[in-house]
Amino acid sequence: MREVTFAEATLEAMREEMARDSRVFIMGEDIASQGGIFGQFKGLADQFGLERVRDTPISETAIVGAGIGAALGGLIPVIDMHFADFLGVAMDEVLNQMSKIRYMFGGQANLPLVLRAPDGVTRSGAAQHSQSLEAIFMHIPGTKIVAPSNAEDAKGLLKAAIRDPNPVIYFEHKDLFRRKGQVPDGEHITPIGKARVTREGDSLTVVSYSRMFTEVEAACQQLGDEVEGKVELIDLRTIVPMDVETILASVRKTHRLLIVHEAVKRGGVGAEISAVVAEKAVEYLDAPIVRIGAKPYPIPFSPPLEREIVPQVDEIISAIRGLLNARI
Amino acid sequence: MNKGTLLRWYRTMMRIRVFEETVNEKFLAGEIPGFVHLYVGQEAVATAICDLLNESDYITSTHRGHGHAIAKGADMKRMMAELYGRETGYCKGKGGSMHIADFRIGMLGANGVVGGGINIAVGAALAGKLLDNGRIAVSFFGDGASNRGTFHEGINMAAIWKLPVIFVCENNQWSSTTFYRNSTAVEDIAVRASAYGIPGLIADGNDVFDVYEKADEAVKRARKGGGPSLLEVKTYRVKGHFIGDPEKYRRREEIMEQLENNDPIKRFVQRVTDENLLSSEELTQVDQEVVEEVKNAVEFAQSSPFPDSSQAYEDLFVEDGVQ
Ligand SMILES: Cc1ncc(C[n+]2csc(CCOP(=O)(O)OP(=O)(O)O)c2C)c(N)n1
Repeated sequence: MREVTFAEATLEAMREEMARDSRVFIMGEDIASQGGIFGQFKGLADQFGLERVRDTPISETAIVGAGIGAALGGLIPVIDMHFADFLGVAMDEVLNQMSKIRYMFGGQANLPLVLRAPDGVTRSGAAQHSQSLEAIFMHIPGTKIVAPSNAEDAKGLLKAAIRDPNPVIYFEHKDLFRRKGQVPDGEHITPIGKARVTREGDSLTVVSYSRMFTEVEAACQQLGDEVEGKVELIDLRTIVPMDVETILASVRKTHRLLIVHEAVKRGGVGAEISAVVAEKAVEYLDAPIVRIGAKPYPIPFSPPLEREIVPQVDEIISAIRGLLNARI
Repeated sequence: MNKGTLLRWYRTMMRIRVFEETVNEKFLAGEIPGFVHLYVGQEAVATAICDLLNESDYITSTHRGHGHAIAKGADMKRMMAELYGRETGYCKGKGGSMHIADFRIGMLGANGVVGGGINIAVGAALAGKLLDNGRIAVSFFGDGASNRGTFHEGINMAAIWKLPVIFVCENNQWSSTTFYRNSTAVEDIAVRASAYGIPGLIADGNDVFDVYEKADEAVKRARKGGGPSLLEVKTYRVKGHFIGDPEKYRRREEIMEQLENNDPIKRFVQRVTDENLLSSEELTQVDQEVVEEVKNAVEFAQSSPFPDSSQAYEDLFVEDGVQ
């Protein structure tokens, strides 16, 4: 094991995959000369050259569209969206092209393509630079979605995404890039579609992912003995395809469920998980499911407003306490 | 140009310059959150173009929008308060640096999405035309934005509908870490106008006189119902892309050269002094007044309260209410 930042972990994944497979290349805005806004591409251009580390114009529509074409033409494109918010600029390419091509054409082609989308709240980015949009894309059949919470999975999931013969949107939380974590030595892949149980307990299942997972961990740490052996914590890691079995197995054991994400609660991943649990395991529940997510507002700029809209540790703590004491 | 105009230009350019240098300082001191992109070195562009507009005309702006807002007549106190995230700011703290707007003076917003404002200007011009209220629209955007589909789609549509809009591409040679010639297939972005059958003009963006003259043509054409123009102003971004940019992608000498020989305010002062158009006393007086004004803006921002958390739930719909 070695300690590296989340950004370095993604960089290791890129390096290893680009070295392993010459079809892998990356394109995006401002990635070559300065190494990306969050340092997540540092040195890649020096190592692999500007043909395979391509700076593009500010043309997201063209970048994603060309990524699709390049994948059909035999390459494995990794595309940096700069900010997940700018997926909106390439929405047709994601919605009507990337997600449809394989199925609509009767499975004629593979579409190995990774969209890297830095998302979430950091440094008061305000309404157009802070969003968590996974639920929008979860609703579109035909694309996989992953969202690592730590350096180890950042590396493992990126490698898995690059090797996956299908389109994958890789949401990487901007606030996680600088954070350090342990990464295994040697080849390390995190399988897509597998959640991880990071803490075992018998009274409450908490499902989370991305940065909010680290907030849930912080909440559990603060609660100490109160949650020891009681809270079972699941890092979802992949949103599509979702590891429903792990969630159901846990809920059948704990009988209570809390879901926490930074994205807007309404119509969010938590709503989907709740529905699945209601369909498949409602008889096991001893308390209503609780969801924590952002309030349904654009992310405001001013720090006190941002804190109001985006879930905070305190809210998680009181939800955990409330559920541990709850009984229908 | 009469003395009044020259003094007005100088004052606007200085208001932008001092505002921006102060924002830089306060950002580095940790007083201003968010991402901030400074307009330093491009003051002549917004100054000359907005001087040709009426208060009721529209502009759309970019992430580098403070200069456009100031030139259009925005209140620096409320701008500064917005940058500080205070309740007295233009957007009550909801927007920040990348999202300042003042709809009462036709400033339809800075924009965090590159190329996001271009077609908002097209639509504002359409409204001006259909309502026949004489209003025209100007869209400011960068060289980088001219590679977005919104630019091409918007110009074409404005051209077929002969809309009173002026597309002002501020070619400051850099879009973030990318030199424009590495992302743009043509040397002069203005030549793209020919693809849409509209005039393409080029101005020296660091010469307020030249920008004024070229923009005047475009504004007259728009007001007469002659349709849109594309005006490329050649300028230079002397500051980093954002405050805190390590700027590893360009040479220091390139910037120094611009600062020394191509600063729009220095060039203006040189010219008006050489031609005895304004006295140094007149200029100094403006300097002093502007410094005082910006100081007041900072004090206003610093002493304004942060918004109450309950304000997070206001302004989403016309009828507010937590859902
Ligand atoms: C659609 C979109 N893509 C990428 C970005 C990130 N970004 C912000 S500013 C910028 C460079 C803009 O360059 P230019 O249009 O030339 O304006 P300048 O910064 O030079 O004023 C980039 C890439 C963005 N905000 N929006």
